[in-house]
Amino acid sequence: MAFDIGLAILVLGVAAWTIAARDTFAAVIGFVAYGLLLALVWVRLAAPDVALTEAALGSGLTGGLLLGASTRLARTQGSAAIDKPSAIIRRAAAVLCTLVSAGLGAIVLLLPEPAPTLAPQAAANLAATGLGNPVTAVLMAYRAIDTLLETVVLLLALVGIWSLAPDQLWGGLPGRRYPVDRDGVLTFVAQLLVPVGILVGIYIFWVGSIAPGGEFQGATILAAMWIFATMARLADSPAVSRRWLRLVLVVGPAVFFAIGLAGFAIAGGFLAYPEAHAKLLILTIEVPVTLSIAATLALLVGGPPERALR
Amino acid sequence: MTDATLYGLCGAALVGLGLFGLIVHPQPLRKILAFNLIGGGAFLLFGVVARRGASAGLDGDPVPQALVITGLVVAFAATALAVALLLRLFQETGRATLRSDDSQP
Repeated sequence: MAFDIGLAILVLGVAAWTIAARDTFAAVIGFVAYGLLLALVWVRLAAPDVALTEAALGSGLTGGLLLGASTRLARTQGSAAIDKPSAIIRRAAAVLCTLVSAGLGAIVLLLPEPAPTLAPQAAANLAATGLGNPVTAVLMAYRAIDTLLETVVLLLALVGIWSLAPDQLWGGLPGRRYPVDRDGVLTFVAQLLVPVGILVGIYIFWVGSIAPGGEFQGATILAAMWIFATMARLADSPAVSRRWLRLVLVVGPAVFFAIGLAGFAIAGGFLAYPEAHAKLLILTIEVPVTLSIAATLALLVGGPPERALR
Repeated sequence: MTDATLYGLCGAALVGLGLFGLIVHPQPLRKILAFNLIGGGAFLLFGVVARRGASAGLDGDPVPQALVITGLVVAFAATALAVALLLRLFQETGRATLRSDDSQP
């Protein structure tokens, strides 16, 4: 309990820092620490799958994205100071936010007893999916439609980002060109780390069927390795108009949707799996979905095309 | 008080903190950051509901946990889109503010 109280205070302190810090870069660093601490909280709440996602995606990729943006916007910081809201508005906001927190806190304290839960149903049907990890079973079986739509949301966000490219750069290469430094530390570390990271990403994905892990966590690590490799210039990002890249992006949702439709014929419903082949079908979906999510996440961080096709 | 309740109160406070930052920070990037802070708090509330639902040999209700994983991925996609919009605004106008008038800073 003492550990949990300390952790909760630390999370709140770091969160307050990301709001109060004068410098945006410092605030983003605070946010990364906040994400890692939240991952610890998720472990304490017996949710290791969420902890992995929070650490990799919530803290890692989001932090990297915001760090990149804050360095690009660094010289706009001073001019924003005059937009500061007046003291009255700040005070009113403080009162409002305290009320919101108090309301939510009251709800937490008044949660019904015994707590409503779907855990028994999830546990009872776990065997039918052939999986050992109940969270993966929820994502891929009982609530598979959420996961299918989520892969589509990722693609829509990517289309939105690409559409921000100026006309002459349409279909070009995303992000800036990083300098090549063959003897640099970054290149050396990337050469060491990227192969290991790819292996870890695939493992986290694979082990997700029986233990904490899964396609989102694995895909995030794979995406991070892609970003790392492009930063160290081991490889450059492909132009976003490349046909193979487009195929990689849509293959996951397409296979997912096709197997979902096939469910009508073989199991009597959209995204229904026949019991004998449930695990095989889920894996058939997960492999291309992991590939597509990894590519989409990496390109989301890459941003709109900034270099023209040669 | 159980651990779950403690973290629930922590999540409630995080939502308030993030909301405050969202309102008072003039810089859009700080607003995006604050919005992610709210997200962290809201997800934590889900985590508390999941932890309280522990039964049938599971340490937590896997349904809210799966929802949080979905939520984290969608929050990331929304953040990436917001950052791209902001950088494009900066590229076009040389400024990164949400002011609607054209008065010079």
